[in-house]
Amino acid sequence: MNASDAVRFNGLQRRALLVGLGALALSLVGWFMDPAQFYRSWLAGYLYWLAFPLGAFGFVCLHNMTGGGWGFVIRRVLESAAGTTPLMVLFFVPVVLGLTDLYEWADPAIVAADPILQYKAPFLNVPFFLARATLYFAVWIVVTQLVVRWSRQQDEGDDPRPNLTRRLQLLSGAGLPIYALTVSFATIDWGMTLDPHWFSTIYGLLFVVGQGLATLAFSIIMLAKLSGREPLAGVVRRGHFHDLGNLMLAFVMLWAYMSFSQYLIIWSGNLPEEISWYLNRSAGGWQFFAPVLMAFHFALPFLLLLARRRKQSAEALTRIAVWVLILRFVDIFWLVAPAFSPREFQVHWLDLSIPVAMGGIWLAYFLNRLGSWSLLPTNDPRIDEALKGSSHEVHA
Amino acid sequence: MNDVHAVYGLMVEFASTDDLLDGCCTTRDAGFKKIDAFSPAPIHGLTEAIGYQGKGWIAKTVFIGGLLGALTGFGLQAWTSAVAYPLNIGGRPYVSWPAFIPITFEMTILVAVLAAVFGMLAWNKLPQPYHPVFNVQRFKLASSDRFFLVVESIDAKFDRDQTRTFLEGLDNAVGVYDVEY
Repeated sequence: MNASDAVRFNGLQRRALLVGLGALALSLVGWFMDPAQFYRSWLAGYLYWLAFPLGAFGFVCLHNMTGGGWGFVIRRVLESAAGTTPLMVLFFVPVVLGLTDLYEWADPAIVAADPILQYKAPFLNVPFFLARATLYFAVWIVVTQLVVRWSRQQDEGDDPRPNLTRRLQLLSGAGLPIYALTVSFATIDWGMTLDPHWFSTIYGLLFVVGQGLATLAFSIIMLAKLSGREPLAGVVRRGHFHDLGNLMLAFVMLWAYMSFSQYLIIWSGNLPEEISWYLNRSAGGWQFFAPVLMAFHFALPFLLLLARRRKQSAEALTRIAVWVLILRFVDIFWLVAPAFSPREFQVHWLDLSIPVAMGGIWLAYFLNRLGSWSLLPTNDPRIDEALKGSSHEVHA
Repeated sequence: MNDVHAVYGLMVEFASTDDLLDGCCTTRDAGFKKIDAFSPAPIHGLTEAIGYQGKGWIAKTVFIGGLLGALTGFGLQAWTSAVAYPLNIGGRPYVSWPAFIPITFEMTILVAVLAAVFGMLAWNKLPQPYHPVFNVQRFKLASSDRFFLVVESIDAKFDRDQTRTFLEGLDNAVGVYDVEY
């Protein structure tokens, strides 16, 4: 049943790949012109696109643990996205190549003149940094590939296979804390150490929540696109969009909560080594980012998502999701870019072309995986119960 | 239709949630508008099954409550620290908004929740010590293990005999009772 149920996305996949490769070629020209700028733009784009495979990893674990109709209808989107983690290893190569251009602690000349960096050297040194990155990737790849493989095995045959669901639940139970810990450590390594003197304990969670938000927005867009296709067509209802809309509202609030908590704590303490991070982002043009994020990353989606009518409409929810995905990039750019040009706003065309390149290639890979299996895990023993609950509702 | 106000309505009893949901859907699809369902516990999908089209009054009440809470919380702090008792804290401006956000947030939640609880009671016209449904002997089981559906006599389609026949024909209906005033 899998082969016949699978829907291919050849057209969209080819277009995404062409756009991605075109933008990549353009970006490589930029690399010859200004390698340092290339690496900096690459890091921002990388931290943005990392959200999709990893956020999906977190959500698929959550879904395996809890079940529920909203999870079943987007599960194949999540699993296909989580399965793209090996591509993120490939995308990490430029970060490794540009290590000395990106991180002060990787430059021996700077470390030699800086006692604090010497003190931090046992953690912040190139070999250990690479070892940690290898560990994160190994864990992500092993867990996500197992999740995908077992789910694929479950599709075989026509009978429900509860033993595989049990196995997926056990793995996912461990997967959730693994996800939170590895993402925290990875984003602290790759993002926070851009300002090696500065530290914030909530920094990792900021990315965890951002990844959750991006994944929800992406899943909503994909579900709206896929809801007309079999076997999803007879199953997706307004209630599913309502649930996903509510989750997105919760994550918009959670993002604001995390971002503001970090600011409030540092603002209250008012200590020189902590406030420098905000001072670097409060002048020369960067100061407009925080109000823009407050208004358009939090207030606007928050108010729009309060209305039930809008959460139940696939079109309205998709528009909000696209908006959230755009603002996610603004947020990541604001977290990363001021480290390279503090108190002086700078934007380079590579900051745009690299995320497009990465996104195009990633999307093509994702669609290739999504097209390789049924859009519903029909052999999960919990699916009938989960999708039955909405049988008295109106179709989407 | 002169029997419209002779009874409050007709009540039908079911033994399970699924029977109640199916019965509600059938009744709703038959064109009845003034129907209500009673069960010992919340049932997912029941509001849709009785065709309830909420006007969202509670949502609006809660939103206004939250807004009032936010303004009160922020205003009270701004007024006390800038007007009533200005105090220089760490050289910061009197109206240092970041410090006011946690209490503003708490006040938003508090007043929104109070508005939700009391708004719900008010829009439902509760507490209501007397209601005709309690005149049906078996209705007391609605708080233990039975499920009831009521078609009110003010419904445009209501006819005491025809509606009774219709309700008796519902799948797995245990019994149909007159609801006296």
